[in-house]
Amino acid sequence: MFLANLAILVLAGFVGFTVISKVPNTLHTPLMSGTNAIHGIVLLGGLVAFATLATGPLEKVLLVIAITFGTINVVGGFLVTDRMLSMFKKKPEAKGTGHDE
Amino acid sequence: MSSLIDILYIIAFALFIYGLMGLTGPKTAVRGNWIAAVGMVIAIIATLLLPHMSNWLLIVLGIVLGSLIGVPAARQVKMTAMPQMVAIFNGVGGGAVALIAWVEFNSSNDYQGLPAYVPVTSLFAGIIGSVSFWGSLVAFGKLNGNLPGRPITLPRRIQQVLNLLLLVGAIVCAVFAGIGVNSGWLIAGVLVFAAILGLLVVLPIGGADMPVVISLLNACTGLSAAATGLALNNTAMIVAGMIVGASGSILTNLMAKAMNRSIPAIVAGGFGGVTTTAALGGAGGEKSVRQTSAADAAIQLAYANEVIIVPGYGMAVSQAQHAVREMTKLLEAKGVDVKYAIHPVAGRMPGHMNVLLAEADVPYEQLKEMDDINSEFSRADVALVIGANDVTNPAARTNPGSPIYGMPILNVDEAKSIIVLKRSMRSGFAGIENELYYNPKTAMLFGDAKASVNEITEELKTQ
Repeated sequence: MFLANLAILVLAGFVGFTVISKVPNTLHTPLMSGTNAIHGIVLLGGLVAFATLATGPLEKVLLVIAITFGTINVVGGFLVTDRMLSMFKKKPEAKGTGHDE
Repeated sequence: MSSLIDILYIIAFALFIYGLMGLTGPKTAVRGNWIAAVGMVIAIIATLLLPHMSNWLLIVLGIVLGSLIGVPAARQVKMTAMPQMVAIFNGVGGGAVALIAWVEFNSSNDYQGLPAYVPVTSLFAGIIGSVSFWGSLVAFGKLNGNLPGRPITLPRRIQQVLNLLLLVGAIVCAVFAGIGVNSGWLIAGVLVFAAILGLLVVLPIGGADMPVVISLLNACTGLSAAATGLALNNTAMIVAGMIVGASGSILTNLMAKAMNRSIPAIVAGGFGGVTTTAALGGAGGEKSVRQTSAADAAIQLAYANEVIIVPGYGMAVSQAQHAVREMTKLLEAKGVDVKYAIHPVAGRMPGHMNVLLAEADVPYEQLKEMDDINSEFSRADVALVIGANDVTNPAARTNPGSPIYGMPILNVDEAKSIIVLKRSMRSGFAGIENELYYNPKTAMLFGDAKASVNEITEELKTQ
């Protein structure tokens, strides 16, 4: 199980490198914000822990905080990215076609 | 049920990757972001289908609380405050990882009966997550003005030794926790040592390096999420976390390169500190600067053929982007050719200036990257610097003693004349004196960037 997961880890790393190395400078901040939202996947960790680990009162409190944090990361991350990107949408006044540099 | 979960996870991965591919182009970026978000929703739903899922009320409580905090924060944040927003969202992600590592230690009774990879990956995640959380809080505080932006340092050698000791302390606690020494103090030690390390690593870093730090912490949180995934046997966390780890590393490297700085040097607190204070102390009031007025600046601009605008953090702080766009329109109506020179690390994050100027409807084709515009400065009649400082400092080219020596800069000093809009003679976020201001070609227009630009616009209208 661990080795299979390790293989997935390595492959995912290469996917990350190849997909992302092609981003134009202009989109770096939204990209940073977008990837930031994606690591909100830690939210799943809180859920999995509730399903698989034995939890006492302390652990329950910690996990609720972890899920809260994870949700802030996911929800806030995607919304902020969307707001940033909506700045790049075509506006009626914008001249020319140069929106795809 | 478990194969359904796996299938949903696979769909989620595909959506993450497809969404990220969309984020690489301005036309597809908005859609890409939402595709990734849909992937996230699917991954969350799939996880809730896990057998033995319990404590539904607590889960709902966490998600509702998180949404109640996250949604308004994201909706209301000003575009200028984005960097610190990204820092704080990143931080809470790291915090979640650290808390999960803590729970895992407590509930597994010191990892009894678990294969060795569980404690290793879980404790690794705990250390990195805790560093990321506390480091991001400091980054937030600095960018948001709750903490002084200037580097806060101990003598460099002491600082480095202390950081090393803290790291060793965290690792030693982790090793003892991992081999099954039964004490709750150990996990606390891991997290607390890592927390202090996170604080101490980011505190001495000056503002100029902050984009690199946020990016680095972003990559760290991604890696810690992947490690948590390994510990909990959750492929969705492994894939998503690792993709973020990889992308964050690329961005970090790119930014560090743009500043001619090495990541280890930044993390070791080698920037700012002693050299900076010396540079500040050495800056006597003897050299003189030339002041100008909005009226003079307006005349200079109106009669120029080519004007290059160099925006920086000052423009972001005073929200001057719309005013700048107004002024530019007037200049263009007078036949002046206006371009914007965007340094890769102008502002606090790469692309920060592009986002702000795009918000003000500045056409894409007027935004020039450093390598494209640098040869044009010698032809420009006026270089108008709006709240940019360190990225224009010729000391980076000429003064080997300067902390920013070797950093690629915009060749603003090559323009025929230079107008600098600045609040005061205070040095920039990096705390370094800027020789540009003492150049005889340079005229300073002191005041808030937005107010100054508006005054220039008014003057232009009267001409």
